Amino acid sequence: MDFFVNLVIAAISSGTPLLFAVLGGILSERSGVVFLGAEGTMLIGAVVSCLAFVHTGSLTLAIAAAVGAAGAFGLAHAFLSVTLRANQIVCGLALTLFGTGLSAYLGKPVAGQALAVSMPRVKLPWLEPIPFVGPILANLDILVWLSFSLVIALYLYMYKTSWGLHLRAVGDNPATSDAMGLSVDRIRYVHVIAGSMLMGLAGAYLILVYSPNWMEGMTSGRGWIAIALIILAGWNPLYALGGAYLFGGLDALGFRLQLMEIGIPSYFLKMLPYIVTILVLMAAGWRGRNKPSIEPKALGVPYVREQRF
Amino acid sequence: MKKIVLTMLVLTFALMTACSQASKPASPSSSPNPSPSGGASASPTAKPEGELPKVAFVYIGVPGDGGWTFEHDKGRQMVEETFGIEATVVENVPEGPDAERVFEELAQDHDLIFGTSFGYMDPMYNVAQKYPDVKFMHATGYKTLPNLATYQGKGYQPGYLSGLAAGMLTKNGKIGYVGAFPIPEVIYTINAFTLAAQSVNPDVEVSVVWSNTWFDPATERQAAISLLDQGVDVLANYQDSPAGIQAAQERGVWGMGNDSDMNRFAPETYVTNPVLNWGPYYVDVVQSVIDGTWETHSFYGGFKEGMVEIAPFGKNVPQEVKDAVEAKKAEIQAETFDVFAGPIYDQSGAEKVAEGAALSQEDILVMNYFVKGIKGTIPQ
Repeated sequence: MDFFVNLVIAAISSGTPLLFAVLGGILSERSGVVFLGAEGTMLIGAVVSCLAFVHTGSLTLAIAAAVGAAGAFGLAHAFLSVTLRANQIVCGLALTLFGTGLSAYLGKPVAGQALAVSMPRVKLPWLEPIPFVGPILANLDILVWLSFSLVIALYLYMYKTSWGLHLRAVGDNPATSDAMGLSVDRIRYVHVIAGSMLMGLAGAYLILVYSPNWMEGMTSGRGWIAIALIILAGWNPLYALGGAYLFGGLDALGFRLQLMEIGIPSYFLKMLPYIVTILVLMAAGWRGRNKPSIEPKALGVPYVREQRF
Repeated sequence: MKKIVLTMLVLTFALMTACSQASKPASPSSSPNPSPSGGASASPTAKPEGELPKVAFVYIGVPGDGGWTFEHDKGRQMVEETFGIEATVVENVPEGPDAERVFEELAQDHDLIFGTSFGYMDPMYNVAQKYPDVKFMHATGYKTLPNLATYQGKGYQPGYLSGLAAGMLTKNGKIGYVGAFPIPEVIYTINAFTLAAQSVNPDVEVSVVWSNTWFDPATERQAAISLLDQGVDVLANYQDSPAGIQAAQERGVWGMGNDSDMNRFAPETYVTNPVLNWGPYYVDVVQSVIDGTWETHSFYGGFKEGMVEIAPFGKNVPQEVKDAVEAKKAEIQAETFDVFAGPIYDQSGAEKVAEGAALSQEDILVMNYFVKGIKGTIPQ
C-alpha cells in the first residue's frame, strides 16, 4: 500500500512540470498554432525564475518573472507564426535552440548555486484518515494544487464557455470563424502567449520545487516529452493530467523496479515511459481509426483571409 | 514586403541560434591570450628558466556544474597562479567529432593540452598522432602515446572513507546509493563504500539504483526518492548534480554527493564525499614541460599523491565519525591500509580476493562485480 502511495506522490512531483507544459501546449495548439518551443521556453522560465529568486528572494516574483519571460517568447512565436505566417515548425525549433543558448548564457552567474527555497505546502490533516487518497493529497505544494485547478478551469473554459468555443473554432476552421466575425489573429495571439506562459511556469516549478539550483539544459528533454503528451492527451486538458502522471509515474516506477531486483536491465527500465507512451499512442490511434481526427484541423496552417488551401 | 521581413527575421533567428550554439565550444571563456609567454603577466612567485608553455583545457561541461568540471577548473586556476600564465579554456565540448576538431585547433598553437573526459580518448589519440610536438594529457583514459599521457584519481580511497561515515551514521542499516553508469569507476567506488560500511556495521545493506545519467537533476532526484521511500537513512550519489542530496535533506536523511564539496546544497544533513584535487598534479605536469622532463605516463593518484580528498564534513556530523574517518585516512595515506584487501566476496558469496591478498591496480580498473551486501544489479 505504501508502495503505491509513494509511487503516486513521486508521479505527481515528476509529472507536474510536464502537466503545466502540456496544458500550455494544448492552449496554443487548440488555436491552430504548433508550439515546438516548449523545451526552450521551459529553460527560459527556469533560468529567469532562478535569477529573480536570487536577486529578490521572493517566490511570487520568481514565478511572475518566469511567466513574463516565457510570455515574451510566446509573443515572438505568435508574431512570427501568426502575423508573418512563417512555418510554425521552424519557428518553434528556432525558439527552442535560441532558448537553450540564451538560458545557458543568462544562467552563468548562478550556475551551481543552491537556492534556499521552499514552496509553501497546503496541509490538509483532516484528509489523512482516508485510505490511499488521504496521504497523497494531504501535503502537496501550492503549485500542484494550481495545476489541478488549471486542468479543471481549462476544461470548463474550452468546452463550456463561448470563448472556448471560439478558440476551438479558430483552431478547426479559421475561415469560418473569420466570417463569423471572430478575430483569428487576436485569438491565436492570446492563446499562444498564455500557453507559453504555462510552459514558463513549468520551468519555474522545475527550479523552485523539483531541483533548486540552475544547471544548463536542466529540462533534459522534458519539453519534447510534453509535446508528445499533447497528442497523447488528444488536446484535452483532462487527459493531459492522466498523460503527465502516467509518464511521471513510469519514470518513478523504473527505479523502484530496479530495487526489486527482478532482473530487468536498468537501461530497459529507463525506456519504459517512452515505450508505454508509444504504445498508448498506437492504441489510441487504432481505436480512433474510423472516427474523425481529434486534432485541431487547422493546426500548423497559417491563416490568410480569402486564401484557399 | 511581409515575405522579406519574414525571411530576414527567420535568418536573424537562425543566426542567433547558430551563434549561441557555435560560440560556446569555439570561444574560450577566459580570454584567449595571444601571447601567454609574453611575460606581461609573469608571476612574481615563480620565474622558471625555460619559456612558459601555452596550456589549454578542454571541458565536457561548465565550471559552474559544481562537480567534475568545477574541480578541474580549480586545478587550472592553480596552474595560472603558480606560473603566471593564462590558459585557454574550451567549455561544453561534446565527446565525438566536435572534440577532435577542438583538439586539432588547439594543437596548432599550444604546447600542452588537458582533456578532462573519458570520451575524449579517441579524438585525443588521433590528434596526438598528428602533432607529435604537443603534449596531451587525458583524464581517466587508458590509451597512451609518446606524447599522450593519462591520469586518474583513486576515487575508491575517499569512497571508502564516505562508506565508513555512512556505516557509522546509519541507524537502521539501510543505505542507498544512486549510481551513475555501471562502469568500473563507479562500481569500484560503490564496492569500496560498502566494504567500509560493513567494517563498522556488518549487517549493513547498500541498495543501488542506476540513474544512467551524469547530469540530469530531475531523473536523479526521482532515483533518490525511490531509495528514500524504501527507508534508507543515508543516501550517497555518484552524479555531478546535487539533486540527490537535496532530496535527502527534505526527508532529514544524511546525504553524500561526489567530486566536489556539496555542503551548500544540504547544509543540515550533508556528510562528506570524495573530492578530486587536480591542482597539484597539473602544476607538476606544467613544471615538467617547462623543465623538459615530461614523459608519457599513466598516473593514478590517491591520498598519498594528494590527488583525492574528502570534502569538509557537514556541520551536524558527530565528532566520533569525523575522528574515525580521519584516522582511517591517515592509514590509507601512509599505505598501511589497503581498501581492497581480502577477503572480498561477490554478491553470490564467491570469494574474489583471498585473505591476505589484495587487488592490483589493474584488477581494480576492470572491476565488474558487486561485493556481498549490495542490493542491486549490474546490467551486463
